Amino acid sequence: MVDTSRLDDLIVCTECDALYRVRQPERGQVAVCARCHTVLAAPRAKAALQIVALAVATLILIVGAAVFPFLRIEVGGVANAASVLDISYAFFDGFLTVLVIATMSMILAIPALRTGLIIYVLAPFIVDKPALPGARAAFRVAQQLRPWAMAEIFAIGCAVSLVKIADLAQVTFGPAFWMFAVLTVLIVIQQKFMCSWSVWNALASQTPS
Amino acid sequence: MERVGFTDPVLTARDAGLVGCRSCARAWPMGTEVCPNCGARVQSRSRRSLQRVWAWWLAGLICYVPANIYPMLETRTLVHTESATIVGGAVDLAAHGAYGIALIILVASVVIPVGKFVSIAFLALSVGRISRTSPEARHGVHEIVEYIGRWSMIDVFVVAILSSLVQLNAVAAIQPGPASLAFALSVIFTMLSAQAFDPRMIWDGIEDQKAGHL
Ligand SMILES: [Zn+2]
Ligand SMILES: [Zn+2]
Repeated sequence: MVDTSRLDDLIVCTECDALYRVRQPERGQVAVCARCHTVLAAPRAKAALQIVALAVATLILIVGAAVFPFLRIEVGGVANAASVLDISYAFFDGFLTVLVIATMSMILAIPALRTGLIIYVLAPFIVDKPALPGARAAFRVAQQLRPWAMAEIFAIGCAVSLVKIADLAQVTFGPAFWMFAVLTVLIVIQQKFMCSWSVWNALASQTPS
Repeated sequence: MERVGFTDPVLTARDAGLVGCRSCARAWPMGTEVCPNCGARVQSRSRRSLQRVWAWWLAGLICYVPANIYPMLETRTLVHTESATIVGGAVDLAAHGAYGIALIILVASVVIPVGKFVSIAFLALSVGRISRTSPEARHGVHEIVEYIGRWSMIDVFVVAILSSLVQLNAVAAIQPGPASLAFALSVIFTMLSAQAFDPRMIWDGIEDQKAGHL
């Protein structure tokens, strides 16, 4: 009944398993699963260039957000400013080591790794070069890491912390807080531009694995 | 996208004797184990996935108990030392008039985690049964659980932030309590539980029901 001899022509909804025959959507159009409304494809013109540009900016911001203080506290003449790296010094012992590693990974290491992988995968397309070795595995890992990158949650955490101790001491936002805020916006825009179907297509048409 | 065969109800990859890759959306002959396109492991359906859902779910629930009993933060000032649990901390904030923040903490640390435990259990239990809740609604529940679950980490980050920031020698110091670790583990385990759930199972059997086979 169904011609399944040409598997290249088929696309499967990753959420509900519905099977579709590929018809290249117009640029700017969105192909949505008829059954569960998951976005199947949303190609955009010049997406690779935009995503890589955003990713480079994101990487720079991640480095800045790590070393600059995000909050500054002052009470009775005693002051302290904390950066993300200070978190690791503050309680790097005993059972809290696990907590430090988890926090550091989720707010710095994983977002940075994900961003780096995306640059690695997409940068060659901008200059019309073949994909770099291991690009497919890199993109797969980048997609899997997505829920574990939590820089934006940390930004909200800073704001909550400020309010929480505002009546005990004088607290002000440091530069890293604003970097996290911009980071959040960049990550959201990057995800809007990213059409994984288009990336897989580009990767499939280029390298014989 | 054109639908294959234009059948109504929807034709699934499994019905067509194919297996779909959940990483890159390509279709392969049934029995393929590793996606030739992206290298992800592919499986048409996995009953075993429900076991993993329940295992992570239980681990998350077990960690959630100490997360609520033990203190999240220990605050030491010149005059006294006090420790606050998750709910206690939120109550303190509300008593100081910070209702908005108290609400954020309560939603992130109590409403979302409890909602997640209930939702994942509901989804896992409804697989393979004739559920009165439509697959569209259950699909929505799964999407929300996957999207919102990570936001529970906010309370762990607040603890990390406060304990690195409030280190003012003799004046005041804040230390993380044991509940912070338990809570972080609970959030991680429930995220793994939600990820282990295969949403395609929500839709399985729907077509059979419509066609009157069940
Ligand atoms: Zn679908
Ligand atoms: Zn694949």
